[in-house]
Amino acid sequence: MQKANNLKEYRSELRESLDNDFLRTTLDNFAVAYRAGRANAFKDMDVHGLIDEIACSKDEAAASLDALYKQFKEKAEAAGVHVHLAKDAKEANDIIASIAKNANCKKIVKSKSMTAEETLLNHALEDEGLEVTETDLGEWIIQLRHEGPSHMVMPAIHLSRYQVGDLFTEVTGKKQDSEIEKLVKVARRELRQKYVEADMGISGANFAVAETGSIGLVTNEGNARLVTTLPRVHVALMGLDKLLPTLHDALRILKALPRNATGQAITSYVTWITGANECASAADGKKEIHFVLLDNGRSELAKDPLFSQVLRCVRCGACANVCPVYRLVGGHKMGHIYIGAIGLILTYFFHGKDAAKNLVQNCINCEACKDICAGGIDLPRLIKEIHARIQDEDGHPLPSLLLGKVLKNRKLFHTLLRTAKWAQKPVAEKDGFIRHLPMVFAKEHGFRALPTIAETPFRDRWEEIRPVVQNPRYRVALFSGCVQDFVYPEQMEAAVKLFAAESVDMSYPMGQSCCGLPVQMMGEMNASREVCVQNLRAFEAGGYDYVITLCASCAAHLKHNYPKLVMDTPSLALKAREFADRVIDYSSFVHDVLKVKADDFVQTGGKATYHAPCHLCRGLDVHEAPRELISTGGLEYVECGEEEVCCGFGGTFSMKFPELSAELLKKKLANVEATGAGVLLTDCPGCIMQLRGGLKNQGSSIKVRHVSEVLADNRKK
Amino acid sequence: MTTDYCQTFVDKAKAVSAIVSEVKSEDEALQYVIDLCDRKEACQLLVSGCERDLSEKAEQLCEAKQKKVIAAPGLTKALYDKLAEMSAKAGFECIDSGMRDHLAGVDIGFTFAEYGMAETGSLMLDCPGEDMRLATMVSEFHVCVLPKSKICKDSYAVEEMMLARMGKTPDYLAFITGASRTADIERVLALGVHGPLELHILLLED
Ligand code: SF4
Ligand code: SF4
Repeated sequence: MQKANNLKEYRSELRESLDNDFLRTTLDNFAVAYRAGRANAFKDMDVHGLIDEIACSKDEAAASLDALYKQFKEKAEAAGVHVHLAKDAKEANDIIASIAKNANCKKIVKSKSMTAEETLLNHALEDEGLEVTETDLGEWIIQLRHEGPSHMVMPAIHLSRYQVGDLFTEVTGKKQDSEIEKLVKVARRELRQKYVEADMGISGANFAVAETGSIGLVTNEGNARLVTTLPRVHVALMGLDKLLPTLHDALRILKALPRNATGQAITSYVTWITGANECASAADGKKEIHFVLLDNGRSELAKDPLFSQVLRCVRCGACANVCPVYRLVGGHKMGHIYIGAIGLILTYFFHGKDAAKNLVQNCINCEACKDICAGGIDLPRLIKEIHARIQDEDGHPLPSLLLGKVLKNRKLFHTLLRTAKWAQKPVAEKDGFIRHLPMVFAKEHGFRALPTIAETPFRDRWEEIRPVVQNPRYRVALFSGCVQDFVYPEQMEAAVKLFAAESVDMSYPMGQSCCGLPVQMMGEMNASREVCVQNLRAFEAGGYDYVITLCASCAAHLKHNYPKLVMDTPSLALKAREFADRVIDYSSFVHDVLKVKADDFVQTGGKATYHAPCHLCRGLDVHEAPRELISTGGLEYVECGEEEVCCGFGGTFSMKFPELSAELLKKKLANVEATGAGVLLTDCPGCIMQLRGGLKNQGSSIKVRHVSEVLADNRKK
Repeated sequence: MTTDYCQTFVDKAKAVSAIVSEVKSEDEALQYVIDLCDRKEACQLLVSGCERDLSEKAEQLCEAKQKKVIAAPGLTKALYDKLAEMSAKAGFECIDSGMRDHLAGVDIGFTFAEYGMAETGSLMLDCPGEDMRLATMVSEFHVCVLPKSKICKDSYAVEEMMLARMGKTPDYLAFITGASRTADIERVLALGVHGPLELHILLLED
């Protein structure tokens, strides 16, 4: 459970995780193995189609929760099950405690239920004097250690076999060694007697099928079958979001859930329970069964136009499996009770603003979770949105307020950047890096060198270098973003050179400003929206076939977020749509539209590797274009390990969490070095800043360049 | 039509560590069970953890088990009688009810599956009766006969059958795929955490 009161405390908690070598190695190995396992499990399947279908059916279910509940209750009660609705966690716990009391139960066995974690059910029952034993191995281990789960599917992933061995030695009162196979068997036999003694079994439910009044349970260990069979009373606690109209809806989710969770085609056991089934230890031979459905804000959530998609979550845990931040710090630091990307969001809704306020800042916006979510939830967007809401409620911190103010005023922003150029003079080196980091950056930012501001920004050189293009093939507008404008104008110039040679007519609207992503990342939604409107106006003149940007983050933001930002203003919404439709990233434009040919480039054959910017590969789903351009452009492309994993830049994230940024960078650079390539290419100035700064600090000779620079250099004539 | 899926079923089931064999008749299936039970050490099977030190209470439960036991609920009377006779000859106890007296574990649980799903190598067993459920869970080995004609493509193909059963309440349906497993300690796969340590599937020619 995440307990920090403020960001500073939270950062020091994160530090502990970073220093935990066991945790780090486990999570690293897991992240790599998971990716391969999942790909294999979904081989030959239309994953996106399946996810779309799930999203649709879950959305429909969320829109008719009341009706589904009514139908489910009717069907289940007709089959002899008692059905209860609990408005919040306390009510759910009270209902279950009184069921135990009325049925004179003393000992309880439980099979895994995230919903019971959400309500802190165990504590409530123990306070009533009941003995509760978790039977899922991972859950039992963490229960014995008085901890919360650190992963939704593998709750004890943070523990080593030695820790478990010591724990079991304590539990059995006999010395146990640390061989996993043996530990599992100790648990098997210790827990067997718990089932025998228990008079009540508590489970969760993965599905609540309205058409039959049945629940479905998905497990590997089989403990759910014992928990729901042996004791004379069975209580299943589930969120209202588990309701589905038909069995088919459940079977569909079942196709994705285990595959996405662990790369299994299906779990060992899937159990479908309908009605009060046979139970030899009950007085009348029939089990007493209760289904408790928990609202706890879910029906409110279902009404929210943006956040209702949260109810699509099937609790597969995949969003944690791919999250680079989770991989660094683990679940206890990347969530409160629910963990990973969805955890950041659910914490806010189920456990309140205070529990969520630090957590929601710990997202680098790499979109890996969104890409993999079984329900197609736009997790990063919701995380940012919650960050903004919390700031609106709590007051905005000064740096984020200031950045918002500055970015809203383009002239002020640009003046500041120009002033910074003079201010940095005394510390600027000739090689384009700042020699000593200014005092405002504490020591922890020393993991990468920072670039100096360019002598002349791109916007000031435009009139001078603007090429005259006869008989243009295309008319395009350039969107530079602030980094390329003020730090790396040479990347823009390289693009201009190639475009001119390819007969592309260009314009550069002077009214353009920062794309606004940085302020949105800091939770300044209003500022983000204002910047968006400014840019829409700047590009209003129109007549362009494309709006081209060399920055993957800008491209994704302009394309996907602009229409959403102004969606409530019809006149702007239309403009934003038209604008967004024209936005294209550099590599896609050159590769897919201009279709450049290898014949036009000097084939130097040097080895080059690639870093895929998050907002290019996932944000825009561009994968092949830049890699093929590297070969077309005359270099030999060598694949880099974990090429599509975040470099740790994340804009303002690297300012807020330098330790995490440094770790992500370290991993990235190790993979890059391992390729033996002399050049590292990418498509985003932010990534370039991060990668170049890191390599410079390591004294590496690898050159980091934008794809546009290589193409311009190698182009014949 | 269904046999088209047979090979896929076998491949998928083996991929999750199920032990798959073919049998020509029900008699052959019974013989398989007797042979397997004979080879297996009664409750001394090391993989079940019997050599491990346990807490006193868990030890007591374990000591309750004396003789090799085969649990075969849900068979036709004729088939059960045959198995009981073969068991008696081999010196095993054979039961078809009263599973609650054997919670320390039985050696073999012997059942028939209703359907097989090729896509995932899963068995579908309807077990509204408690003895059937327990036999498939507290046994060390679960041996399950699956008639080849009952192999379907995937879960969608058994959906209607499921709905029919769920309509006749109470009902307790299970998809069983491979042995009971966990990867909760260091993500290392270990079989038989709560349920059977081995799942044997006997494909019956029919
Ligand atoms: S966007 Fe990236 S960093 Fe943020 S939660 Fe998702 S995976 Fe984690
Ligand atoms: S948010 Fe998506 S990926 Fe994360 S647990 Fe839920 S369904 Fe799985």
